[in-house]
Amino acid sequence: MPLLYSLAGIALFCIALRAVILATAPLRAILAVNVMSSGVFLVLVALARRTPGLMPDPVPHAMVITGIVVAVSATAMAIVLTQRLRAAAGTNTTEDAPRADP
Amino acid sequence: MTMSRADRKMPARLAHALLTLAVTSVFAGLAFAMLSLPEETSGLAEAVGDELAGAGARNPVTAVLLNFRGYDTLLEIAVLLLALMAIWTMRRGELRLQRDPGEILVFLASVQVPVMIVVAGYMLWAGGDAPGGAFQAGAILAAAGVLLVLAGSDWPQRLSGWPLRAGLVLGLTVFIAVGVASVLGGRAFLDYSGEFVAPTILILEVSATVSIGLVLLDMFLSVLRGRASNTETAASMEDP
Repeated sequence: MPLLYSLAGIALFCIALRAVILATAPLRAILAVNVMSSGVFLVLVALARRTPGLMPDPVPHAMVITGIVVAVSATAMAIVLTQRLRAAAGTNTTEDAPRADP
Repeated sequence: MTMSRADRKMPARLAHALLTLAVTSVFAGLAFAMLSLPEETSGLAEAVGDELAGAGARNPVTAVLLNFRGYDTLLEIAVLLLALMAIWTMRRGELRLQRDPGEILVFLASVQVPVMIVVAGYMLWAGGDAPGGAFQAGAILAAAGVLLVLAGSDWPQRLSGWPLRAGLVLGLTVFIAVGVASVLGGRAFLDYSGEFVAPTILILEVSATVSIGLVLLDMFLSVLRGRASNTETAASMEDP
């Protein structure tokens, strides 16, 4: 069962990795990075109890708790950065504006 | 742009296919690494279990967070503060309260916020020997604050200036103070094992809860401010 969860975590990570690379809207990239981190957390928690019957390893659990809080604060910072981008450039994408032909 | 849409389509499709292939091979590589891990292992669970008796918390996760790897938690609270400082330098606009939040939301907030504060206190206390702890309690406190703001309360505005700043840095300050005190007592940094380990962890957790709750709430409020100011800019662009 932990194997299934960790494979699901890897799948989430990879799907979101593709989305990060393709994202042109910052909000999309932020969401994709969040899904990536969820995948990593899922892998860590799943691997913490790999052997049935034994006590789960608390160290990955502690790392996941720390990671969640850091991910939330990084997300908030990225969103504020996006708001500044929108206020400064009047756009919600990171794509270059189409250049007028000379 | 000199290329027409049709010209761009083929390379884009090829690039997408290559990207999918690359991401699939990343998946395959990671899955292979996962499958080739040794089956029978408890990781550090036994090491933690051996030391748990003198750790000051019966919950192994809390013991790891606030005792064995206290340095991680210290740095994490520092990261939270750094992120908030970055947000403070970038945010703009003023926080405007919800004028008409609706009766249901106001009623819900008035019922839920007291319960959430009690639950946060319980979470904090339960962290000693059951799942829970400073992070969960801080997150619940922040959520209670968010609910208050959405219901149009001016409570978050009243909490500003030095009291707010003191609350924000409380967790980090107490953590560093405990670390320095342990060094002055002739031990390693953040080594507080011994007689006073349980009270020390409790003090660390309470101050970390206050700071985490306030930092998370203030991050939310900063995002809200930026949204209000952007809506304003958009509105002023529309009708000159």
